[in-house]
Amino acid sequence: MAETLLTNPGESPARAAGLRGIADDWSSDQRAFKNVSWGKAMMWIFLLSDTFIFSCFLLSYMTARMSTTVPWPNPSEVFALEIAGHHIPLILIAIMTFVLISSSGTMAMAVNFGYRRDRVKTAVLMLVTAALGATFVGMQAFEWTKLIMEGVRPWENPWGAAQFGSSFFMITGFHGTHVTFGVIFLVAIARKVWRGDFDVERRGFFTSRKGHYEIVEIMGLYWHFVDLVWVFIFAFFYLW
Amino acid sequence: MVDVPYDARADAPPAEVPEVELYHPRSWWTQYVFSQDAKVIAIQYSLTASAIGLVALVLSWLMRLQLGFPGTFSFIDASQYLQFITMHGMIMVIYLLTALFLGGFGNYLIPLMVGARDMVFPYVNMLSYWIYLLAVLVLASTFFVPGGPTGAGWTLYPPQAVLSGTPGQDWGIVLMLVSLILFIIGFTMGGLNYVVTVLQARTRGMTLMRMPLTVWGIFTATVMALLAFPALFVASVMMLFDRLLGTSFFMPALVEMGQQMKYGGGSPILFQHLFWFFGHPEVYIVALPAFGIVSDLISTHARKNIFGYRMMVWAIVGIGALSFVVWAHHMYVSGMHPKFGFFFATTTLIIAIPTAIKVYNWVLTLWRGDIHLTVPMLFALGFIITFVNGGLTGLFLGNVVVDVPLSDTMFVVAHFHMVMGVAPIMVVLGAIYHWYPKVTGRMLDDWMGKFHFWVTFLGAYLIFFPMHYIGLLGVPRRYHDIGDTSFIPSSTHTLNAFITVMALIVGFAQMVFLFNLVWSLFRGRPSGGNPWRATTLEWQTPETPPGHGNWGKELPVVYRWAYDYSVPGAAQDFIPQNQPRTTPAVQGAAP
Repeated sequence: MAETLLTNPGESPARAAGLRGIADDWSSDQRAFKNVSWGKAMMWIFLLSDTFIFSCFLLSYMTARMSTTVPWPNPSEVFALEIAGHHIPLILIAIMTFVLISSSGTMAMAVNFGYRRDRVKTAVLMLVTAALGATFVGMQAFEWTKLIMEGVRPWENPWGAAQFGSSFFMITGFHGTHVTFGVIFLVAIARKVWRGDFDVERRGFFTSRKGHYEIVEIMGLYWHFVDLVWVFIFAFFYLW
Repeated sequence: MVDVPYDARADAPPAEVPEVELYHPRSWWTQYVFSQDAKVIAIQYSLTASAIGLVALVLSWLMRLQLGFPGTFSFIDASQYLQFITMHGMIMVIYLLTALFLGGFGNYLIPLMVGARDMVFPYVNMLSYWIYLLAVLVLASTFFVPGGPTGAGWTLYPPQAVLSGTPGQDWGIVLMLVSLILFIIGFTMGGLNYVVTVLQARTRGMTLMRMPLTVWGIFTATVMALLAFPALFVASVMMLFDRLLGTSFFMPALVEMGQQMKYGGGSPILFQHLFWFFGHPEVYIVALPAFGIVSDLISTHARKNIFGYRMMVWAIVGIGALSFVVWAHHMYVSGMHPKFGFFFATTTLIIAIPTAIKVYNWVLTLWRGDIHLTVPMLFALGFIITFVNGGLTGLFLGNVVVDVPLSDTMFVVAHFHMVMGVAPIMVVLGAIYHWYPKVTGRMLDDWMGKFHFWVTFLGAYLIFFPMHYIGLLGVPRRYHDIGDTSFIPSSTHTLNAFITVMALIVGFAQMVFLFNLVWSLFRGRPSGGNPWRATTLEWQTPETPPGHGNWGKELPVVYRWAYDYSVPGAAQDFIPQNQPRTTPAVQGAAP
């Protein structure tokens, strides 16, 4: 019985804090991360792996940029826009960053309402997040179009090192793909929330597993990660 | 002793997670083809890996025929020879060994050994296999496309991998890179499952320090693979762009056929760094599962607890961590700064410490053990010897000054075939002999097994020992025909012919093994549930082969570590992990 087990010798009723607690958890049976579901653990580990992918991309780009013998195009100039007669450097990127970071805010709110099992607010906030994400991708498409019109290609550009275009399209493209996948999954999960799948624990079409509101938080982990990666791309590619 | 009423089941903490619902197959298709059961997926992985591995085996025969009897086989020209080398290496390292150890053994053994019903996300696990199969098909298709497979060598070094002088420049290299990208995506899906299953889905009483070393090896290798494959993924994507879009990530300014190419400003060395940041951990991704499995084979068949279990675990983890800071020892001749060489030589030699701990512990486990010379045990012993041999030449090659003259000679080929070719294959074979009874319910034939072992083991030595010598003489690797070179004595040709004959013999011995696999499936002696009288959970399943969900109604509860063999005072010479302690006083040597 559970009651007798709670008083089992050697088992302290409350888990120790700090390092001691971590050591206890890792020496225990069943789970190394207590109170972490399988799905959440899997997402965290996937994100760790994905971090290595983005790190390799960014390190490769930095290598190219540092070792090039021809001048690197000035990002402030390349990514400047003429708005109402004003020449504003990096304005589009600034707006894109603002949009994406705002979407992280709405995502966090969606997670919060998800745990309160507030079906409508969760779904709406997820859709807002998806819309902001789609806006981001749209602005990225605009930026790509503009650069392509100006003659930037993966293999060459009018202003200097060819690796500028290569790295730009590859890194922003890979990040944009992540955002796009995120938008697709946001919409799919928002639909399930809206329909009430997680209130009735409806089974998944492929997996036949019961759905839970926790998937909103797992989705949020991915979304915040994609957002965080953008901050690094922004810093290393545009601000350098 | 005071007579205390003792509740054995209270030894294990209460279940933290409710029972998971499994996917139950509804038709023949979902039961055997699109199966979500880790055991079926494991067999699918193993069969696919073995099939493509056989292709690589045949390629090695063709290469050896050319090297042993140059000029005799007119159908093997220089381009084809390079293509054979490339495909042989790539298939063996990635599509056979990685897939077999992690996708095959990992899928079969992890859930059974940690007492889970299945992997945590069976659907994702299934996708993992189908993407892997797709990767294998894309790879195999390169044999049939115009220009054939790429001949860039398994390391795919740019710029030559992308240039027209290399065979397979049209389609081969493109499909190779696509196949690698697919493999990594598929592997990631499986790998996440293995890691989360080990961390979060163990049964009651199964602490990390009670897990069999097999699980530790596969788990650590999977974590490494999840962190190392990204580098290969990125390198493949970038090289694909270099080849298809004309970017210059890895391509410096080049003149080809008197024409200045459009490439310029890229760094071939960057590729080498990315490739080996993956490539060196990859060596241990293959080796660590082998270390783990061999520990269990030795302990079981020597009827003795593994010596220094905790040390073994920490050695596995330590090797895994260290293997991420040694990659540039593959690049001593790339022109990098000598101080880098010094750093990487140091870290490389430090790896010898945990590795030596493991070897000593295996030997100490055998010492005064009740050694049963079963076929799995023979292969385990063969592994220890081969691994020590291959490891010692690793010390040569890890030192910059010794490596530089030996670089790109047959000595290197002999070294890595001993240490990461023959040694892990020995474990794979031993493990198949060990677990085949659990998978099929029948024993493999003993006589054929012993024949297979002795021919493989002695044959491998007769192949690779002379190869070290040829390498010391200065015979370069990857040469289609060494011809009459002044510094190479003519006796080399005799040795080459000898090696070729041995390679053919060892290759054909594997056919005996394949025959044994099929024959024993129908005619083998019924094995019962636990033929080796082993302690680990997979031998304690209610059914053999284990049914869907592995454990019948109730999950097993674990009371002890995996190595209670020959415990003094115990009724049998082994105590299964799920056997409760009868009284608190009589305990195994369990931690």
